[in-house]
Amino acid sequence: MGVTRAAILSSLLGLLLSTMALAQDPPLPAGLVAPVSSTAEEPQLPAGLSSEPTLPSGLGTVSSISSRSPARDDAAATFLDSLPFDLTGFIESRLGTRLDDDTTQKDTSIGEVRLQLQIESDWDWARLGITADLLYDRVPEEHNLKFDSGGGWLDLRQAALLLRPADNADLEVGRQILTWGTGDLIFINDLFPKDWNAFFIGRQDEYLKAPSDAVKLALFNNVANLDIIYTPRFNSDRFIDGRRLSFFSPIQGRIVGRDFPVDVDSRNRWLREDELALRAYRNLGSWEAALYAYGGYWKSPGGQDPVTGLATFPNLYAFGASLRGPVASGIATVETGYYDSRDDSSGDNPFINNSEFRFLASYEQELLPQLTLGVQYYLEWLQDYDNYRRSLPPGFAARDEKRHVFTTRLTRLAMNQNLTLSLFNYYGPSDEDGYLRVNANYKLSDQWQIEGGSNLFYGDRRYTFFGQFEDNNNLYVGIRFGF
Amino acid sequence: MKKLLLVIAGLVSLQTAAAIEVDEVVAKANHAAYYQGKDGKARVQMTIVDAQGRERSRNFTILRLDVQDEVDGAQKMYVYFNRPADVNKTAFMVWKKLEGDDDRWLYLPALDLVKRIASSDERTSFVGSHFFYEDVSGRVPTEDRHVLVEETDNYYVVESTPLNADQVEFATYKNWIHKQTFLPVRTEFYNDNGQAYRTYEALKVEDIGGYQTVTESRMSDSRIGGHTTMGYSDVQYDMDLAEDLFTERYLRNPPRRYLR
Repeated sequence: MGVTRAAILSSLLGLLLSTMALAQDPPLPAGLVAPVSSTAEEPQLPAGLSSEPTLPSGLGTVSSISSRSPARDDAAATFLDSLPFDLTGFIESRLGTRLDDDTTQKDTSIGEVRLQLQIESDWDWARLGITADLLYDRVPEEHNLKFDSGGGWLDLRQAALLLRPADNADLEVGRQILTWGTGDLIFINDLFPKDWNAFFIGRQDEYLKAPSDAVKLALFNNVANLDIIYTPRFNSDRFIDGRRLSFFSPIQGRIVGRDFPVDVDSRNRWLREDELALRAYRNLGSWEAALYAYGGYWKSPGGQDPVTGLATFPNLYAFGASLRGPVASGIATVETGYYDSRDDSSGDNPFINNSEFRFLASYEQELLPQLTLGVQYYLEWLQDYDNYRRSLPPGFAARDEKRHVFTTRLTRLAMNQNLTLSLFNYYGPSDEDGYLRVNANYKLSDQWQIEGGSNLFYGDRRYTFFGQFEDNNNLYVGIRFGF
Repeated sequence: MKKLLLVIAGLVSLQTAAAIEVDEVVAKANHAAYYQGKDGKARVQMTIVDAQGRERSRNFTILRLDVQDEVDGAQKMYVYFNRPADVNKTAFMVWKKLEGDDDRWLYLPALDLVKRIASSDERTSFVGSHFFYEDVSGRVPTEDRHVLVEETDNYYVVESTPLNADQVEFATYKNWIHKQTFLPVRTEFYNDNGQAYRTYEALKVEDIGGYQTVTESRMSDSRIGGHTTMGYSDVQYDMDLAEDLFTERYLRNPPRRYLR
């Protein structure tokens, strides 16, 4: 502090002297040595030239008076630093309301208080990471703890041990968030669990990813890196089941909510109903290429048991590839995948999803400083379409063979990057429907941030992908304190 | 006649000598500011003070590796954020190239997402501070024409004019380069009216393993008001960082032993 003040004083003095037309060499900073000849008898600076800078502390004749004040600390910071592990997190409150009358749901779309605690412990041989969200959410009817689906007062998002069994291998065991692929809020080869409820009611984006209970082995080499992820017991999406958000039930032929929630024939037999996900990837210059494979089940219900009426998770294999790299001054990606619906390979079983071919292409670029535009084209191509139409029960609304979706993302940073305005729109020209996400987030300080946004679904028909959620339109606001 | 020719030849060679010298000064300054040692590490405490005097801080660690087949050329950088809370554990990676756009990635831990970032205007704010990306990673010397406008006991004063004026917000900038260390001690950016609106100052220099290193610096910008200071601690050089630290593997699983 003393040094800074001295530097300011001496620079002020220098300025004063130069305005008096007495050219003065700027003082050297502590640590830099001035030549022996250094005197004040320098030639006069021409008018209009600003005075010479003072030498920083460390450069100059004066021996350095090192007195940098330590980082500011307060009681809370001292407490956090004194813990034998790294503790961080936030406390947040979020409120939201539905914009339309939906008699099957509460008017409140979200009303929660959340405390997230992140603990990290680091040893030479391993690292332990735990992220636990303690939650009170007034919207659900049930508050019983559901360890798998995050229901109740605890959503354990991470409890994983990272090991390095060899120089070229990382092993992560336990509950963890897993992501790969190139899409922006569109997933083809990322078949890890998603929480669509959280996404649609206005929690922060990170809650779209639900955790997996898995073992991840990552192997690194010069040819291609390999990720092998084994989930010993199937982890489904936290899908739309009517308990929180309403959707179109083909069986009922109408929008249903709490009055007719989905019950599933869950797959929870350890080691029998499991999942395996593989990725091989490498860089090709500035480009990143990847191949993917998956063996498991449709992540959200992809069928129905005609006898019990329960929703089912039929077998699914998926294979795909992606490429990502710079084009012009932006980033372009392509990703493709084939979803092989193993239990209905010919597509003539109306109670099980047909196979699908999926494709995504995207481009993102900075339009202006602090304004970024991202666009995506996405295709879902239903296979064996003729069989699908032929076997569709009478009265059921048919899907199109090809579903096209365009997305647009605009992100604007303002006010020294403390304000983030973002807009993300899905538009499906084939379904004539869409979904608009708008969000404004402002950082009041390093600790406090506030945000508000909306989830708006639109469409002419009640049974299309986004159109069915139209009754769920909502607005939300949130405030968060981070530590 | 012969004498005159000699004089002319002498003048020409003097000119040449001067031209070489300014480029040499700039090259050495570029080296001193961004390329000391073959690799390096620093913890950075950044304090942003806005025009209203409100303070925000950023706390991060930078790892840097010079790609070995070029002298003062391509580099790889890894930035790991600790504070504020909303960016805790976020990692940012840059493969800096002298020609063409840099490759950049961002890792968002809550989503386990490795995001490729479109190259942006190099002269936009780095993490909301008064520093630009280019101030942190270095402006390529061949992008400007340099003139040695003054020499004092302590400094070479170099004025630089962009070759491609459309790509930058300044008309010229002037650099006070310390003669003994070649560290830029002060940089002033001028607009078309010749007014200085943006100023970099080295506030403190320390000898770290024989490398003279700026350990405290400040950037102020009169257009938005306020200033940002960066304090560097735990600076190390020549740590033999492996090149594979700068890959997706370490974005997802940060190299803790270098970040503690």
